Amino acid sequence: MAVYGSIPQAGSPSAIQFRDVRIGFDEGDVLRGVSFCVQQRETLVLLGETGTGKTLTLKLCAGLLQPDGGSVEVLGQEISGMSEEELLKFRRQIGFVFQEGALFDSLPVSENVAYRLYEDHVPNKEIEPRVREALRFVELEHTMNQLPSELSGGMRRRASIARALINRPPIVLYDSPTAGLDPVTSQTIITLILRLRDAYGVTALLATHRLQDGFALANFHFDPYSKRVVPNSQNGNATAAARAARTRFLVYRDGGVYFEGEPEEIANSEDPYLKRFLV
Amino acid sequence: MADTPLQVTGSRARQETPSVFEVLEGATKRSVAAVQDYAELSFRAVTNLATGPHYFQDTLDQMDDIGVGSLPIILLSGFFIGGVMVLQTGAQFVRFGQTSLTGDVVSLALVRELGPAITGLLTAGRCSSGIASELGSMLVTEQVDAMRAMGTDPSRKLVTPRVLATMLMVPLLTSLMVFVGLLGGCVASVFSLQLSAVEFWKRAIKILEFSDLMQGFMKALAFAFILLTVGCYKGLTVRGGTQGVGRATTQSVVISSVMIIVADLFLTKISLYLANKVF
Repeated sequence: MAVYGSIPQAGSPSAIQFRDVRIGFDEGDVLRGVSFCVQQRETLVLLGETGTGKTLTLKLCAGLLQPDGGSVEVLGQEISGMSEEELLKFRRQIGFVFQEGALFDSLPVSENVAYRLYEDHVPNKEIEPRVREALRFVELEHTMNQLPSELSGGMRRRASIARALINRPPIVLYDSPTAGLDPVTSQTIITLILRLRDAYGVTALLATHRLQDGFALANFHFDPYSKRVVPNSQNGNATAAARAARTRFLVYRDGGVYFEGEPEEIANSEDPYLKRFLV
Repeated sequence: MADTPLQVTGSRARQETPSVFEVLEGATKRSVAAVQDYAELSFRAVTNLATGPHYFQDTLDQMDDIGVGSLPIILLSGFFIGGVMVLQTGAQFVRFGQTSLTGDVVSLALVRELGPAITGLLTAGRCSSGIASELGSMLVTEQVDAMRAMGTDPSRKLVTPRVLATMLMVPLLTSLMVFVGLLGGCVASVFSLQLSAVEFWKRAIKILEFSDLMQGFMKALAFAFILLTVGCYKGLTVRGGTQGVGRATTQSVVISSVMIIVADLFLTKISLYLANKVF
């Protein structure tokens, strides 16, 4: 698969930086002073119960919402004060996988995946091979002419991942990509996220309420030779991106950061709230 | 905050019933904010025409949907409205032996008033509701957010092509309705009032002045803008899932129809003033 974007270099400034971010609605505050940082090539797994602000965090990160206070810095750009015009340009560097896929239901899968390329006026002869390539990556090449309504829930998420990766964004945001899916399909989605991380070294922010998704990302990598997901202990064939990849966890509670740390810390924690996720 | 999911939190238990003043204040603020948002969306829909990117294919698709799609109901309604007009006015003119004036009255009424108003109301019923439900469904399934996340301005992609298409199509539909209305009037006058078709058409055309045509087209343009922007606004501000989409669809028809009727009064006054002063 050809690389159209550049793999971020390790050691460069943090990819995402939240500083004392606050946001609320009529019903009350949702995030009350959240601060965290995601380094280049890092995957931050955002855990929390429903309504704790995981999706809001992703939308703040993509500039789809503006915080009431604090600052959001992404790829070195302060986006919390940007105008909508500037944000539209900025968002082209971000891939966003929505919870239900959010595919355009009036367009076939191929046009959904190609949407960004059409917007960027990429020549037609270049669009078709790139769309095929992205759909091959998510193993949906045979669905090119199908409408989203003809796909299963898992296929829609995979098509959404293909749409997000079409222009090789350095950051991909996943909003509960395995929510409502059966265990086998969930595993397929996590495998895709692993492949995307290890093949292109993308930085990711993954909102989920399934701890096992985070552990899968922390403990496995994609072996390009056997084309299988293997445990990190067998990392002889791991790509440079896979070796540099790091996974951390962030747990939200009551509008703030309750826990931030490594996979081992959360796995060995005796905290009763964190243990709920382990169950 | 509660430690267990079933525990009632203190903050919720302390919620107080708002006073009448607070309810009125909240409702007023929401109404003013809604008018402001509607005005902003309408302004952006028009100013987007001056700058790129433009979506010509989307505009053509909408012209087909709004223009060609509305043609059958417009033609059918126009024919029968013209016929009814002749029967109603003819019955009065018979008393004075002036049935030849029927063509004059029907022509003036259709061109100045009934053509644009009925076309506006019928198009509002068909298109404003359709647009509200289409955009509302896109909003609740996060397709609008997905569009923004991919760097596309929804007001450019979804609103401006529809505004342009409606403002081009509704005056054309109005012209056709007037023509078919006169045709229906002609048929009714020949069979009911025993007028000659040539006499009817001669008088119907001779009575018209440039100011009458201006009045009709000015109204058609204004009604097109109203019905479209109301539909888009209601669609893009849907709240409450699929139930909210249904509510927005109904509201868009009700609001646009009432606005068309109210605007008709003011536009008639302005047109008559301009007819006396300018034309």
